[in-house]
Amino acid sequence: MNAAVTATRSATALDVAAIRRDFPILHQTVNGKPLVYLDNAASSQRPKSVIEAISRYYEHDHANVHRGVHTLSQRATDAYEGARETIRRFINARDTKEIVFVRGTTEAVNLVAQSFLRPGFQPGDEILISALEHHANIVPWQMLREQVGAVLKVIPINEQGIVDFDEFEKLIGPRTRLLALAHVSNALGTIVPVEKFIKVAKQHGVPVLLDGAQAIPHTPVDMQALGCDFYCFSSHKMLGPTGMGVLYGKQALLEKMPPWQGGGDMILSVSFEKTTFNQLPWKFEAGTPHIAGAIGLATAIDYLEKIGMERIAAYEHELLDYATERLSALPGLHIVGTAPEKAAVVSFTLDGIHPHDIGTILDTEGVAIRTGHHCAMPVMDFFKIPATARASMAFYNTREEIDRLVAALEHTRKVLG
Amino acid sequence: MDLKDLYRDVIVDHNRHPRNFGKLDPADVHADGHNPLCGDRLTVYANLKGEHVTDVKFEGTGCAISVASASLLTEAVKGKTRSEVKELFADVHALLTQHDAAVDPSKLGKLAALSGVREFPARVKCASLCWHTLNAALDRAAEPVTTE
Repeated sequence: MNAAVTATRSATALDVAAIRRDFPILHQTVNGKPLVYLDNAASSQRPKSVIEAISRYYEHDHANVHRGVHTLSQRATDAYEGARETIRRFINARDTKEIVFVRGTTEAVNLVAQSFLRPGFQPGDEILISALEHHANIVPWQMLREQVGAVLKVIPINEQGIVDFDEFEKLIGPRTRLLALAHVSNALGTIVPVEKFIKVAKQHGVPVLLDGAQAIPHTPVDMQALGCDFYCFSSHKMLGPTGMGVLYGKQALLEKMPPWQGGGDMILSVSFEKTTFNQLPWKFEAGTPHIAGAIGLATAIDYLEKIGMERIAAYEHELLDYATERLSALPGLHIVGTAPEKAAVVSFTLDGIHPHDIGTILDTEGVAIRTGHHCAMPVMDFFKIPATARASMAFYNTREEIDRLVAALEHTRKVLG
Repeated sequence: MDLKDLYRDVIVDHNRHPRNFGKLDPADVHADGHNPLCGDRLTVYANLKGEHVTDVKFEGTGCAISVASASLLTEAVKGKTRSEVKELFADVHALLTQHDAAVDPSKLGKLAALSGVREFPARVKCASLCWHTLNAALDRAAEPVTTE
């Protein structure tokens, strides 16, 4: 029995000390204390391999892509398109044509709003989102409201931060043009059981977009298993560079969509009379792309895959359980968002102490967390709070760091008590 | 950067027990201040007699710095003329933002407790929100104020 337990543990346990050595930024003091970085939902840190891949690219291989006959241009093109294949494999898309490089999740959502939904949109058509959404999955649809009279319908959440499935079934209807859902809530950590939402959407013939920014760094994501039509995510939350992201779209839908920006690289031929657009996915990639960003993201994926997404998810879940247990024991601390299925995010308030003060005091203890509305003001409004403090963990965090967070919170209470 | 510079006893006390807290009804002038990123939200009310601020109150929610700053403000401006309030605002602003501010601490009284804020640039907006809001009230501005 003991041997079996040990065997299971060693299959999932991570060598976190070794992993931490791969992340140079973690080894510093902030305000005289060793850094505890618990703001991973805002942006993760990068392993040496990603930083080095970007440097190596600029030191040896950089030129513009898709146009030069010379060697460097060929190398840059190979690396850029090779990155696309790495991403396709990572999310199990059918074809690299379905992988569009963008600046981040926000741009991916805007692309779908303007290029997929806007053409042919009838005033009064509806877009269905949930009350958990990040502003990036609210505002682009509100812009459509101004532009073409879209009606935004919002699936409510309950006190635990769970999206109300029964209400969803009532809200989806013949005028619903898109269901756009967070896969994981950034403010609360709720993992939304998107599979059952997608199943119902399909019965209604409604396409589905998932905001995967908070899901993809922490759990295996498979486009074939999910069956969604669009999936949006950002590189910088999954160990890659900033200013880089991916829109996955089903090929049949992307083919029908007009380009969203015009310029170089997205065309086959241009005359003043007529322009022929390029094929997928370059049709959506106007201008010189973020080549180093794509290479950095692919290297980040290599790193994640080397550890294994299943093991990352399992380890982070242990951290979440530990953090939840330790934080719950603090008097006056209230965890906001208590869904049974959560990513490693703990949002909380402390009686009588504003989150902003918590953030400042924790920083002087070397502990970095996010405080504020987390770009999800409707979520704050629902809980009738102006802001929360949010600790969000990655697989390079440790139990000792959670202990440091707890000690820093006890200190906060002393300072402002 | 010493935390005790920011959260001085005066600040902690005024946060826990804000003075002149509540609605002034009726009020000659009032204005709203809102820093949506932090979630700080307050309303400053004032009554005027000629050029003098005869009474001032505030209500709202915010971090310790914004609540304490508003509480200190109400104590500091009561009885002052409009132009004295504006001068004081300029001095407080200098205190919050400039290291070599040539502000006479004796002129500021308890407000001098806010001097630690300048070591925490992200918190200047918290301390200054109430002052901008009072200013807007005195100018009878209709739009809410923000310092973000």
